[in-house]
Amino acid sequence: MNHLDKTDISIQQRVWFRFLLVILLSVLAAGLAYAVLSLPSEAPGLSVMVNENIEVSGVINPVTAVLLNFRGYDTLLEMSVLFLALLGVWSLGSITEQTEPAPGAVLDLLSRLLVPYLILVAGYLLWVGAHAPGGAFQAGSVLAAAGVLLLLSGWRLSDRYSGLSLRFALVLGLLVFIIVALAMIIIGGRLLEYPQAFAGVLILIIEVAATLSIGVTLVSLFYGGRPSQGTTGEKKR
Amino acid sequence: MNIAFFYVLISIGLFTLGLYALIVYSHLLRKILALNVMGSGVFLLLVALASRTKGAPDPVPHAMVITGIVVAISATALALALMLRLRDASGRVELTDESME
Repeated sequence: MNHLDKTDISIQQRVWFRFLLVILLSVLAAGLAYAVLSLPSEAPGLSVMVNENIEVSGVINPVTAVLLNFRGYDTLLEMSVLFLALLGVWSLGSITEQTEPAPGAVLDLLSRLLVPYLILVAGYLLWVGAHAPGGAFQAGSVLAAAGVLLLLSGWRLSDRYSGLSLRFALVLGLLVFIIVALAMIIIGGRLLEYPQAFAGVLILIIEVAATLSIGVTLVSLFYGGRPSQGTTGEKKR
Repeated sequence: MNIAFFYVLISIGLFTLGLYALIVYSHLLRKILALNVMGSGVFLLLVALASRTKGAPDPVPHAMVITGIVVAISATALALALMLRLRDASGRVELTDESME
């Protein structure tokens, strides 16, 4: 009986706690809404500045220009964050492969059909990023989708590639980015300050390498652990 | 009333909803998902506020959101890996408060 009372009290406490929480969060939401709604309804932000300098960047798409030229530093650090996350996941140990049932005929066939198209779409997104919405991250995530689909349908990277070549693919984007950034210092500019004539080409080189690395990194993150030698599984493409 | 502010209100709703779930549920997977919902709210807010220009939307917040999405994915992947590790080590998927027991 005593025990019953206790649980009753704790349930009642919990209801009160949630009620209080809802009220507090409503106040928070109202405060946030008030803060945001009191912003001016027209604010050009930095768009004027970006549009004025777009010719210098080597690409026409303003988002790509910001990502890889004006704020290239952010993107470089972001690639490092992605890589660090993978290092963190891998440092937790290698994964014990769970025995999964063989994929159904539909998944098997669908992945065979879709993966080539996904790679094609990734290439298209990468190329189109220079003048329309698209770019390295979009292309990389489409590539990663292809890899995840392959992993789900039971495909595993063979041992031959799971060692050095996988790691090379993982660091390629960051490596190329850093090499280009440092090369700019050597030829007389500042870090990540591309000369106008080569800006487009340099951005494309960085983006190709970054796409590959992002795709491989995301698939490796999805796989969840360092591929143990012997019973291996990763994607490299 | 600008259409951008409609999305802004939705983003605040998402953020608050995520915060509620983050506080209320103890299962770590739910907490990770709640953080992602909160992050989506912030991304939506940034993209919505970027459209308060005369012509094309402000590209800088868009670039920030792309960067943010990648960082959020990295953090989520690491959090999930840590969660699985915790489950393997202790058999639990919650963080228990030692001082409460």
